Amino acid sequence: MNPPDLRYSKEHEWVRLASDGTVLIGITRFAAESLGDVVFIDIPEAGRQLDQFKKLGEIESVKAVSDLFSPVSGQVVERNQAALDNPQLVNDSPYDKGWLLKASLRNQAELDTLMTAQQYEQYLSSEGSH
Amino acid sequence: MATPDVTMDGRRKLLMDRSVPGRMGTTLPPLDVPAQPLPSKGLLRDDLPMPEVSESELVRYFSQISQFNFSIDHNFYPLGSCTMKYNPKVNDEMAGMPGMAEIHPNQPPETVQGALKLMHRLQGYLAEATGMAGASLAPMAGAEGELTGLLMARAYHLSRGDAKRKKVLIPDSAHGTNPASAAMAGFQVLALPTDTNGNTDAEALKASVGDDLAAFMITQPSTLGLFDANLLELVHIVREAGGIVYGDGANLNALLGRVKLGDLGFDVVHSNLHKTFTQPHGGGGPGAGAVMVSRRLLPFLPTPLVEQRKGPDGKEQYVLATPPKTIGKMGAFHGNFGALVRAYSYIRTLGDAGVAEVSRDAVINANYILSQLKGHYDLPYDRRCMHEAVFSARNLRHKHGVSALDVAKRLIDYGVHPPTMYFPLIVEEALMIEPTETESKETLDQFIATMKAIAREAAENPKLLHDAPHNTPNTRLDEARAARQPDLRWRKA
Repeated sequence: MNPPDLRYSKEHEWVRLASDGTVLIGITRFAAESLGDVVFIDIPEAGRQLDQFKKLGEIESVKAVSDLFSPVSGQVVERNQAALDNPQLVNDSPYDKGWLLKASLRNQAELDTLMTAQQYEQYLSSEGSH
Repeated sequence: MATPDVTMDGRRKLLMDRSVPGRMGTTLPPLDVPAQPLPSKGLLRDDLPMPEVSESELVRYFSQISQFNFSIDHNFYPLGSCTMKYNPKVNDEMAGMPGMAEIHPNQPPETVQGALKLMHRLQGYLAEATGMAGASLAPMAGAEGELTGLLMARAYHLSRGDAKRKKVLIPDSAHGTNPASAAMAGFQVLALPTDTNGNTDAEALKASVGDDLAAFMITQPSTLGLFDANLLELVHIVREAGGIVYGDGANLNALLGRVKLGDLGFDVVHSNLHKTFTQPHGGGGPGAGAVMVSRRLLPFLPTPLVEQRKGPDGKEQYVLATPPKTIGKMGAFHGNFGALVRAYSYIRTLGDAGVAEVSRDAVINANYILSQLKGHYDLPYDRRCMHEAVFSARNLRHKHGVSALDVAKRLIDYGVHPPTMYFPLIVEEALMIEPTETESKETLDQFIATMKAIAREAAENPKLLHDAPHNTPNTRLDEARAARQPDLRWRKA
């Protein structure tokens, strides 16, 4: 199940808002399962700017290289070094240990443009053929 | 001091690491001309290391690394959608003849009439095999053939003053090159879903066509190894909407002498001559991606074409010609001529009847594997296949944690080249097996027994598969790191 406290993008990224106003960003279980075993993650370093729905980086699985899109605008605070060192974490624990980036938000209102868990599940079932 | 090399690691030493200062591979005769001074020091570099080895060391080095290689001449190579069939050696002999190998593309046409005649005939054979009106041999590979076809589709629409056709529809089972070529030709790409039987969803196509449709690209048989049961309907929908029907002929091996895509209403078909018509490949080329077209696209073919005309002396001669509305050149000169010679030699060796036997045996071989491995591996689309069978390792994955990659790596231990994995993308843990027509029943039986043994190993000893291959000079590689941080160059220690 997709955790109810997260927000979701159509590109299958999730955002978790922390009490200090920063967010964690990762990919959903659906994305991780569609990709298959993740073998390499290419994401920007701390300090780099993120723009909502713009390309953020790349994630490579045994199947293919796919683009990652930033669900929010802001600035990278930290990368998840554990996931960079062991990309399989994204498959094993997409909502917890397999997070990708910690970022500060430029515009918290952007979170409202993202889907709730319930909306995301509806979105997945309307995508149907996947 | 030397120590015994039980692991034979010495065989993995690069040539530079085998070098001994002062050692020579040849004996030079004594100087019998006046010595000349070398150019000034500024023009010479003396910091470039050269390997200093004897002739026998040099020969052993290259022989050893050639044995680390894997090719269709070594063993079975069922790499799906790549048609790694055996390449008859007579084709190489033909391509190596001085009249073929030692001519230059800038020679005047009257001095290379034989080569042009071969190209003219090959244009005709390929057009006939696909049911088309004409052919260009210019593209150097399949993807370039796709780009050529799409540029012709664009030129065709524009020549009719129809500038709003910007959309190309492509089934989600397609090779990744299809959407890439369409994007490169300036089109917008829309993917069409595959239905539960493995056919392209005709309703989705119907809902997506309109007066903005430029072309529909479809691979037949599809990358699921299936002949699309909706094909005639799909072609009809596209033609009614004014679109061009593009046939990706990567899998033409299944259709030769059986079905002509031109007869079904296709406008463009490319053929990977290096797959279907035995140009050796797998090492990165050279390839050949001939493009065949229907009558309405003939004026747009790339230049040059080879045409036959009556000369001033009344004798027939072969000339290089430019079609009236050509899209231009797709590369230097006339394509990869050596690949064209091999394709011609292959077709002439087989003859009409032989060409039809190719597709028959390719399809029978694939169906034999499909029937024997069914039940041991998941079969996502359980129906008769064409030239390749697409299995899924998802049952092994879910039950034993063994992936398609692990199965593929274990096959290497048994001396078999891995099949195509994780493609088509719409099949989970895909294993795409294309035996081709050139394998004997004994080879197929051996392969089937091996695949069954690996399925048993997956249940009994998954670690054996996770760590495979065990019997190769290099065992399991970190492929992501190898691709991201390649170590390609010798450096002084």
